[in-house]
Formats: sequence, structure tokens, C-alpha cells
Amino acid sequence: MDMITIPAVNLTPILPEIILSVLAMALLLINVFVQSSKKTYLSYISFIGVVGTAVLVGSGWGTHIESFSGAVVQDNFATFFKMIFLLAAGLAILIADQYMEREDCNHGELYPLILFTVVGMMLMAAGTDLMTIFLGLEVMSVSLYVLAGFNRANTKSNEAGLKYFLLGAFSTGFLLYGMALTYGATGSTRISVIATQAGQMGMSSGNILFLAGMLLILTGFCFKIAVVPFHMWTPDVYEGAPTPMTAFMSAGPKAAGFAAALRLLLIAFPTLQADWSQLLWVLAVLTMTVGNITALRQDNIKRILAYSSIAHAGYALVGMAAGNSTGTAGILFYMLSYTFMNIGAFAVIILVGKKGESNGNVQDFAGLGFKHPMLAVAMTIFLFSLSGMPPTAGFIGKFYLFSGAIQKGYIWLAVIGVLNSAASVYYYLRVMVYMYMKDPTEDFAWTKVSAPIALCLVLSVAGTMVLGIVPSIILQYAQEAIKLI
Amino acid sequence: MENLNSYLIVSAILFSIGTIGVLTRKNAIVMFMCIELMLNAVNLTFVAFSRYLGNLDGQVFVFFVMTVAAAEAAVGLALMIAFYNNRESIDVDDVNLMKW
Repeated sequence: MDMITIPAVNLTPILPEIILSVLAMALLLINVFVQSSKKTYLSYISFIGVVGTAVLVGSGWGTHIESFSGAVVQDNFATFFKMIFLLAAGLAILIADQYMEREDCNHGELYPLILFTVVGMMLMAAGTDLMTIFLGLEVMSVSLYVLAGFNRANTKSNEAGLKYFLLGAFSTGFLLYGMALTYGATGSTRISVIATQAGQMGMSSGNILFLAGMLLILTGFCFKIAVVPFHMWTPDVYEGAPTPMTAFMSAGPKAAGFAAALRLLLIAFPTLQADWSQLLWVLAVLTMTVGNITALRQDNIKRILAYSSIAHAGYALVGMAAGNSTGTAGILFYMLSYTFMNIGAFAVIILVGKKGESNGNVQDFAGLGFKHPMLAVAMTIFLFSLSGMPPTAGFIGKFYLFSGAIQKGYIWLAVIGVLNSAASVYYYLRVMVYMYMKDPTEDFAWTKVSAPIALCLVLSVAGTMVLGIVPSIILQYAQEAIKLI
Repeated sequence: MENLNSYLIVSAILFSIGTIGVLTRKNAIVMFMCIELMLNAVNLTFVAFSRYLGNLDGQVFVFFVMTVAAAEAAVGLALMIAFYNNRESIDVDDVNLMKW
């Protein structure tokens, strides 16, 4: 029996994860001693923690450190995505407090759970081994199941949690089976080794085991990023979950799914590119079309944004199907802009909503433009950006995704994408029509806009506009981030 | 290990039984048990491959899968209890407040 030698471990690449985990566990402990009226302080602490971690992650830009014998890596790709996750978490923490107080479920466990979700997402983006990616995905998912069902007294929230849990665990089964088959075909769980093995042994679509492994892994990720036909859970979970958590869920985990899927498809499965590229072509068309068409007939604003988030996953899939540098850099840019505009839109929804998750229909936005012009202007900017109009971030993102497809020669895919964004204007514009062209049905006697939500709105508006007007800086970062892949 | 195929066939059958169970059963707990069956089918695949290939990665993976399954069970059962407290049922046909 050989002695097992323990390799030297460099903790630098997972330092952000360690800090966030320790902070989350400390917060869980502190939470026990904090009165329920003072839970706001927990949100401040976790927000500061997220900002601090973001500074640490940002300082690692440009480095390339592998650790745990190549199971985790700190590279620009991981760093870019980690910043997106931290941004999503920070914005979600800012909007959570006021909402949770209003809904009488201001339990302090919320913030540690958000931090754990971020840890999971970071591991997904930084993982270069199937094991790390799987563990990251599960840490993220299990925390999200709880966050979706966080409002225990609310039946809709219960339903959201249960549905998300059952379908999420179901999809995990497929993902794992795919990982097992890939391991069997190549003899390793390291994605770099998988790639070299596949290259040396000439594994392409002729190898059933390898092909089935890739397809099952892709299925698992399609569940997580809500791709048609694996999207059925999305609207229900998004509607039932507490609104700040819906905002978080639609931005962070989706980006994490894309991060892991991109790394796997581009590094581990380049020999199968012809197959997955075709497949993603079809999935992208389905996802965009079904998402947009179903959104047309919704009244509940959270459901509209849920279907719109399905459609947006479809736009990002266009870039993934292209698989070239323009398309993949477009995904990175798009995920960042989507975080700003979507969480911003949800912040407005929280302010318009009333206790018990009421006041959440499009009709309840009637007259918002007259009563609260600033809020309506912010919402208008987010909706413009979501529908992809210049000069907002959404336009630039879509522009890059679709130009990636055209460079690859997928002209029709780009055409269908553009037609879809034109169709989506209808349901975004519908909200604006209510805000500016209808008289208010009732008096807006809501609680005041608390400082954290105001900060979130300012940041989101600034992000959406800056990314739209001067996109070159961030695009440069995105281009550098995908160079390693 | 000339009989790798038989292990793979057994695990594929187990996985299919689990999948069919999730799709046809109505009781949330039975559905969850079927999901566990799927995960264990995957574990069998991992161990079979690990023996066949003669490297330990697969068996290490199985430990992680089991740990994660335990964590998932804890959270899942808690969610089911919360649902039961409000609706007095864990039949997934009663998970019907939200529809498109």
C-alpha cells in the first residue's frame, strides 16, 4: 500500500470563499443573541462583508493560481464571475431588509444563507474539477431552496420552496449521472485531464459514453439556468419566493450556471463542439420564443419578469451556441448588466408591493409616473434595458451576443433573437403604459423608501446606464476573462 | 473486471426506476425517495468505474454525493413540514396555488 502524500495546499484561490463562510457562520451565531427588531444590523454586517470580499476578489485580477492539485483555480474568468455574484448578493442584501420587515418574517438567517449561496456560486465559477463544480452547485442550490421557502407562514413561499427543491434535486440526479459517465469515459474528474484524454483518444460524438455524459451534464445545467424545456419551475418559484430572493435568484445562480457550463463545454468538451453547438442553437430559439410568448399574457409582475428571465437565458445561450470569443465575452457582459437591471426592477416592485405580497400586478403600477416620478423613471430605465434599447446596458449586451452568432455563421439565430427582443418590447412597454398613461386607481400610501433600497436603486441605475454608454472598459475585462478558456 | 457492463446496466435500470418514480408518484416524500434512488444509482456507476479504471477519484466522489444527499434530505424534509403545516398535505397535486 503506497503512502498517500498530501500535496501542498495554497489557500489563496479560495480565500474569498473561506472569509464568506466564516462570516456566515459567525452571523448565524450572532443572530441568536440579536433581538428581532435589530436584525437590520445583520444586513449591515453582511453587506460590509460582501464589499470587503469584493475588494479582495478584485485585487486578484490578472493572476492565475491553481490549488488543491488543480481542483480550484483563481483566474480572470473566475474573478469576473465572482464579482457578478458579489454584486448580486450585495444588491439583494440592500433590498431585503425593508421587505422582510413588512412581511413579518425578518429572521436573521436570511443573510448567512445569502452568503452561503455566494460561496457555492464562487466554487462553481472557480472549480476546475467535476467534484468542485458539483459541490459548489449543491451548496448554492440547497441554500436557495431554503431562501425560496423562507417565508414559512406564506403558502405560496412554501410551494415555491418545495417545487424548487423537488425539481432541483431531480436535475442534480441527471447532472451527476452525466459526471459519472464522463468520468467513466475519460478516467478523470479534472476537466483539463478530461480534455487531454478526449483529445488523445479522439473521443467525439462516436463515443456514446462521452456524448451521453456531456448531454446529461448539459441537462442538469439547463435546469439551473431555466432553459426551455426545463423551465417549468421558474415562474412558480419566482412568484412564490420572497421578492428580494427572486431578484437574487434570477441574477446570481443563473450567472453561476453559465460560468460552470461555459468552463465545462469550452475546456472539457471541445471535441464535441459540433454537437453541443447545434443543440444550443435549438435550445436558444426555444427558450427565447417560449419565454417571450408566455410573458405576453401574464398580469403578475413577478411572473412577467420570471418569463422574461427565461427569455434572457435564451439570449445568453445564443452567445454560448456561438462559442467564439465575441459570444462568450458577450455572456459575461450580459450577466453583469442583467444583474443591475433585473435587481433594480425588483427593487421597484418591492416598493410598489404591499404587505402579504399584494399589489403585484401590472395594473397596480397605474399612475406611478405621477405619484413618484423618480421611481417611475428608474423603472423605465430598467425596462428599456431589459427590452434591449440603446443607450442602456441591455442593448450592448445583446449586440455582442448576436454579433458572436453572426461571426460564427448563425445568421438565422441572430435574426430570431432580434425578432424576439422586438416581441418582448410589448410586455415591458405595457408596464410603462400603466405607469404614465393611466390614472392611479388608489392612493399610494406606502412606507417610505428606506436608505438601503435607495442606494440599491442608485447603483442599479448607474450600472445600467454606465454599462450602456461606456461599455468598452467592462468589455475589455470580459475579453481578458475569457482568454484563458 | 470483465463484468463492468452488468454494473452499468443495473445502475442504469435503477436510475430509470428513480426517474419514472419521480414523474409518476404524487407524494412528495416518495418522490424524494425516488430522487435518492437516482443518486444511489449514480454512486454505483461511480464505484464500478472506479474499480474498473483502478483510480480512486470515483469513490471520493461518492462520499461527496452521500454528504450532499444528507444535506438535501434535511432541507427537503424541513420544506415538506413547512408545507404540511400550512396545507395539511404533502401531495404534490395540492401544490397548486400558482399556475400559468
